[in-house]
Amino acid sequence: MAKYTLNINGKSHEVDADPSTPMLWVLRDHLNLVGTKYGCGIAQCGACTIHLEGTATRACMLTVASVGNQQVTTIEGLSEEGDHPVQKAWLEVDVPQCGYCQAGQIMTAAALLENNPNPTDNEIEMAMNGNICRCGTYTRIKKAVKLAASSK
Amino acid sequence: MSEQKDINTIGRRAFLRNSSLAGGGLILGFSWLNSCKPKQVTEAEVMEMPEEWFEINSYLKIGENGVATIFCPNPEFGQGVMTSMPMLVAEELDISWEKVLVEIAPYNAEIYGRQFTGGSQGIRTRWEGLRTVGASAKQMLKQAAAKQWQVPVSEISTAEGVLTHDPTGNTLGYGEVASAAMEVEVPEEVTLKSPKDFKIISNSKKNVEGKKIVTGKPMFGVDYQYDGALVAMAEHPPAFGLKLKSFDASQAKSMPGIVDVFKIETYSDDYERNFFDTNAFTELVVVVGKTTWEVMNAKKKLQVEWEPFSDYEYTADRFGNKSQVKVPGGLESSDAHYAKMEELAAKPGQVVRKDGNPEKAFENAAKVIERSYTCPFLAHNCMEPMNFFAHVTDEGAKLAGPLQAPLLIEGAIAASLGLPAEKVDIEMTRMGGGFGRRAYAHYAVEAGLISKKVKAPVKLVYSREDDMTFGIYRPSYQATYRAALDENNNLVAFHVKAGGIPETPIFADRFPAGAVENYMAEQWEHNSNITIGAFRAPRSNFMAGVEQAFLDEVAELAGKDPIEFRLELLDKAMTNPVGEKNDYEADRLAGVLKLVRDKSEWGTEKPGMFRGVAAYFCHNTYAAHVIDVVKGNDGTPRVENAVCAMDCGIVVNPDAAANMCEGGIVDGVGNAMYGGLTFKDGATQQSNFDRYRIIRHSEAPKNIEVHFVQNEIDPTGLGEPPFPPVMGALANALYKAEGRRFYNQPFINEKPPIVG
Repeated sequence: MAKYTLNINGKSHEVDADPSTPMLWVLRDHLNLVGTKYGCGIAQCGACTIHLEGTATRACMLTVASVGNQQVTTIEGLSEEGDHPVQKAWLEVDVPQCGYCQAGQIMTAAALLENNPNPTDNEIEMAMNGNICRCGTYTRIKKAVKLAASSK
Repeated sequence: MSEQKDINTIGRRAFLRNSSLAGGGLILGFSWLNSCKPKQVTEAEVMEMPEEWFEINSYLKIGENGVATIFCPNPEFGQGVMTSMPMLVAEELDISWEKVLVEIAPYNAEIYGRQFTGGSQGIRTRWEGLRTVGASAKQMLKQAAAKQWQVPVSEISTAEGVLTHDPTGNTLGYGEVASAAMEVEVPEEVTLKSPKDFKIISNSKKNVEGKKIVTGKPMFGVDYQYDGALVAMAEHPPAFGLKLKSFDASQAKSMPGIVDVFKIETYSDDYERNFFDTNAFTELVVVVGKTTWEVMNAKKKLQVEWEPFSDYEYTADRFGNKSQVKVPGGLESSDAHYAKMEELAAKPGQVVRKDGNPEKAFENAAKVIERSYTCPFLAHNCMEPMNFFAHVTDEGAKLAGPLQAPLLIEGAIAASLGLPAEKVDIEMTRMGGGFGRRAYAHYAVEAGLISKKVKAPVKLVYSREDDMTFGIYRPSYQATYRAALDENNNLVAFHVKAGGIPETPIFADRFPAGAVENYMAEQWEHNSNITIGAFRAPRSNFMAGVEQAFLDEVAELAGKDPIEFRLELLDKAMTNPVGEKNDYEADRLAGVLKLVRDKSEWGTEKPGMFRGVAAYFCHNTYAAHVIDVVKGNDGTPRVENAVCAMDCGIVVNPDAAANMCEGGIVDGVGNAMYGGLTFKDGATQQSNFDRYRIIRHSEAPKNIEVHFVQNEIDPTGLGEPPFPPVMGALANALYKAEGRRFYNQPFINEKPPIVG
């Protein structure tokens, strides 16, 4: 076990965990930030997507020891009031069905738009391809990403 | 969260039952539902919360300020019942939707009836009841107002949560008479609105849990938080056909954070299973610890020996009917399954329907066509792996988690814990997908046993690998079709023979039964120790696609347009049906075909677009799809457009219903193209998303259009019906694109023939 000071959603958190612990479980088990979801544990489904210094990152393969001083943003910290343009677009298009993958989808989409404010359909597909939605809301997700892009 | 324990000792079920069945009584500070999850931001926080709640009935409480909370009785797994079911209540209550809060009801079958999600039956079975709930409450509010004003009830009208005395124009808000309304006797009869008067029903409402979802609030079973809860994971045999022999826990136990390692037996010897107690692995080695990561690591250090089991049988109760389930020993493989299916398909099956004289008709036919189709096992792969929370004490058990049918597992939980059923309290959390898998909630029994053993609250979680390899899968099926045409290219005989491992998928009385003079349906089955169960549109999810692909070939052989060919058959089924038992309405099936024909502009050539059509009836609803495939620069086919026509009667929440159809189409394309779980020596060859291929963004249809037949027929379901025919429409479009037919799912494995 080792002690870490993590910068998550703009706040400092002390965590005592084995260095190999993935951030996914640090967030969920140690900090009660359960918006970040476990889906596969091998970076294949994207349900655990967070931002590491603004870059969409799979928390299931990111060890706590490797985070250091880097800024971590989770779905809980994407916006104060749940009013990030991507979140608003998601509600406007009424994207979710079961909703389990959507935090990961939103985090990937938000990072995409940060770097590429007006992505093409193809760019959206490529950026989002690592995020599985088992309910099949892909067409709505694309619509919402475009809506968020146009409203930014 | 210490207040939670107090609630548990009272027992949530008992609490609601008492308050509801005692018949009235003011319920002060009825806020325990919120107090359980203090960290959750509910819509309530942005709406002005009432100071008092008045419980009008078990489904509805109204605050003094006119805000209403409506309880959704059925569990939510993404089909949208938490929005659509309260819409039914709100419609008849005549309240503005903006004043409605929604909570999931506690599990209590005595009060809420069949709290079940599955079979696309939710809206269909709640349609009348939930509207009656709203209408009764409205009547009680009117009577309370009539008493206060001393006027006849007939002079009072309602709208948007306001009662108006029409002659004087006096008004009262619902909140102002809610307290008095509780004293009014529940009316024996109420009149429900005519569809033309609907204001909420058929007007799209957004997902009531949308905000929680997009902000990452705890709402799923796996998010369940409870002071002092431990984490458990279970090791099951690595292959079907194996059972636990022995294990050495010493290494695992010495790992950091580990509390205990032990064995559980899910079903005791004297427990009689019901039909949903399907479970291949009833002896598990459990690791309990403080955090998920510690438990995952310790689980890897378990040293377990497994051994093959021999054939066995058990008795299962299927809604009152007892049947023997035979489980063969052995380590099965997909290659052997396909060989066995081919062998059995070549033998006569059990005839389940015969009209006319099919043998003679085939003998005398001008043209005969025969084709065979197969599909693999499928894993449900709910994005939220199986999990359950349990806290078992001597006084009772509190369980919470994702499950589709608490009623079906309550008995198993009670029996395994040695508790009477009324001491088992089950909370239904939102489910991260279900697709049928969570109707088999053995994992809730496991969680209970683990909590009992460690004497602590525990959350059992499956890893993705546990989830995929301990499945209750969609079976592997095979079907052979034959059709006979006369010299005028009329379909004169039709023969279907279908079977599977371990169950037949056949529906003998569905189209084209009833539309062909000479018809025969046969079935066969072959036992397996691989556990199978309901998977989104069971059996239809194979039969629809292959039947519709076969009909496409028959239409081609007859030189007819595929839609016109089907409509001709349906015309026959309407005007002069064959046989007495045809379980579809031919005019409604024809209706969706015509609608999809018109909306897709069927018949107009679109350069580079390759089209296929399919239509099917299942789960009381009619679906038709037209799919356009395009070929990418590298020749890879992709679905560009899907146009869908549905007849499910009245559509309660149209945009959410369209979402469900879009998802069904994506799921259909995904499973037909890529889905498949294969076995070698009893073990699945896929255990995570690296090898099990799920459709992704770049493979999904680019555009999906959903159209509903407009009528005033009582609504039927939508969770399943859009899904099955997709495979047929896709197969038919791929044929146009590739110039060859696709017979074996997943289509991605169907390579072009080697010419040379």
